Amino acid sequence: MTLTTKRSLLARTVWTALAAAAVLAGCGKKEEPPAAAAPASAPVAAASAAPAASAAPLKVAFAYLGPAGDHGWTYAHDQAVKAVQKEYGDKIVTSFVENVPESADAERVFRDMATQGNTLIFGTSFGYMEPMLKVAADFPNAKFEHATGFKQTDNLRSYDSRSYQTAYLAGIIAGKMSKSSIIGVVGSIPVPEVIRNIDAYTLGALSVNPKIKTKVVWVNSWFDPPKETEAAQSLINGGADVLLQNTDSTAVLQTAEKNKKFAFGWDSDMSKFAPTAHLASAIINWAPYYSKAVKEALDGTWKGNTATWWGIKEGANDIVAISDQVPADVKELVAKTKAGIADGSFKVFTGPLADNTGKEVLKAGESADDKMLGGLNFYVKGVEGKVPGGDKK
Amino acid sequence: MEGLALLIAASLNAGTALAIAGIGLLINERAGILNLGAEGLMLVAAIAGFATAVHTGNPWLAFGVGMVAGALLASCFGVLVIWLNTNQVATGLALSIFGGGFSAFVGIPYVSEKLGEQPQFNVPFLADIPFIGPALFRQHPMVYIAIVLTAAVAWFLYRTRAGLVLRSIGESPESAHALGYPVRRIRLLAVLAGGAMCGLAGAYVSVIYTPLWIEGMTAGKGWIALALTTFATWRPARVLLGAYLFGGVTMLQFYLQGLGVHVPSQFLSMLPYLSTVVVLVLISRNASWIRANMPASLGKAFFPGS
Repeated sequence: MTLTTKRSLLARTVWTALAAAAVLAGCGKKEEPPAAAAPASAPVAAASAAPAASAAPLKVAFAYLGPAGDHGWTYAHDQAVKAVQKEYGDKIVTSFVENVPESADAERVFRDMATQGNTLIFGTSFGYMEPMLKVAADFPNAKFEHATGFKQTDNLRSYDSRSYQTAYLAGIIAGKMSKSSIIGVVGSIPVPEVIRNIDAYTLGALSVNPKIKTKVVWVNSWFDPPKETEAAQSLINGGADVLLQNTDSTAVLQTAEKNKKFAFGWDSDMSKFAPTAHLASAIINWAPYYSKAVKEALDGTWKGNTATWWGIKEGANDIVAISDQVPADVKELVAKTKAGIADGSFKVFTGPLADNTGKEVLKAGESADDKMLGGLNFYVKGVEGKVPGGDKK
Repeated sequence: MEGLALLIAASLNAGTALAIAGIGLLINERAGILNLGAEGLMLVAAIAGFATAVHTGNPWLAFGVGMVAGALLASCFGVLVIWLNTNQVATGLALSIFGGGFSAFVGIPYVSEKLGEQPQFNVPFLADIPFIGPALFRQHPMVYIAIVLTAAVAWFLYRTRAGLVLRSIGESPESAHALGYPVRRIRLLAVLAGGAMCGLAGAYVSVIYTPLWIEGMTAGKGWIALALTTFATWRPARVLLGAYLFGGVTMLQFYLQGLGVHVPSQFLSMLPYLSTVVVLVLISRNASWIRANMPASLGKAFFPGS
């Protein structure tokens, strides 16, 4: 064999590997068959405007980022979808597509959903924003709902939860439970939503232990269990003894369990994955919002161009399954703070507040508005390192 | 210092699955078979091993089942490329994609399962040596087994008659055939051995390294193992070294972040892959290096009649 053919074999190997990766990334979608086929004789006009006059069920479709069984982000959405289906019974038909990549493929998925007669379509991840904008423009009669985004049109609106509120409550527990006064966060992708959670977690911990330092390791992915494991292990090896993650699997919690450290469940109740390491779970309950959106779509009051941001007050966020290892007085403090957040008497981002270079970001008495929170791009004092890409503004 | 010891320990652990799979693929390639299906083999073995561990709680049985699953799937590949003379690249790719889809499908009920805690293993006495103990001697036994396997394969290839026959088939199956060796059967054995080792690596990933099952969880380790054989110019010891190097770079990205070194984390995530490409380029520059070691019949079909 000549050298050139050897080289071409190598090149071919690399190309085929790339092709395989591309094909694999596209695989793995599956659509749940609609529970009941829509009656063929359904009046066509009942598509959107007519308020619940017809018997044809409203078709509602969801695009999931990961597998429905990830026990994290997507699982929380899936639980809410099940709850909504139960609530509205035969008035609606829900379906979902899992593992929808945040890429051009997403557009095809949304287009499929609209073509198949779904009139209320939810995209459950930030990266679906541009594809949804495109598809929404082509299907003016369908209603689109985008999670965690910031762009809206006449038939596209966005919704989000205030998980930083529960991150703050988790921080209170972390600050009390940490022996080394070093806590860690496995960050997913450095967007404001995640940085907000890191800051809130740190502020919560500092409120009970002023010596707290937060270490952050980014894995640049929402869902990559082996990487999450490696990142968690490196934080623990660096001295952190209470971990939080903004990634979607249970890997960080399980790594903490293995190393006899503490961690939190995120997005859904993860207590069963790490009986001793699990301190509490910061959960998101999407059901109230999904119920509201479906109701509006059914009775014709649905309007685009809005952004809904619900938190503890509306029942969208909560901290649950607090471990018995957490002392009673800490539990009480958490409950008190939670009540304060719910009635609006306490705000997580309140001045005086400085970023970790010492620059004042909020004066005493000021508290962050939603605009500031939405674009939050700095670490508060106590977090080590710099926000990736945070230098250029 | 303690941090460095832990970094070394984590790198060895991260490199173990790569080393085992890489050594398995090396056996294949030394016999002239290029198996691009490694990723698929690892995934199928990962779910087989994980399911076994869930139901029995016995990791060693899980490794065994993973090896059997890997070998079974590899035997399909072997029959296709050795007897039916299908294109090795295309068949391997198909196997890889099939393995990914099949494991995801049969793995659905296991996505939310968890495994019981595995006890920490310490090498007696050695584990207590300062620095060296935490760095080297507090690993899962499989980390040491990977090293023993590498040594065994090196010994087999270079010190035994059977190893010589295997290598000669990889160099010139026609000559080996003329000498009366059953080329196809020996190639099948090599494929089975390689499949079993990829299977062991896959089961290690899902049972010990990240003890959970997620679709596509080996995350490209099979492809990296394939690159490792070239990286190592088909030498077992270099496969092992390459695997640890790769594991080290993977872990380093997290440790640097933890230490607060301000390098963009996206750049660090890229490092392991970048280093693979750089080494491949460096090796490919030296023509004699590749020529001296690459099995001459690699990837080519063998027709005994011709």
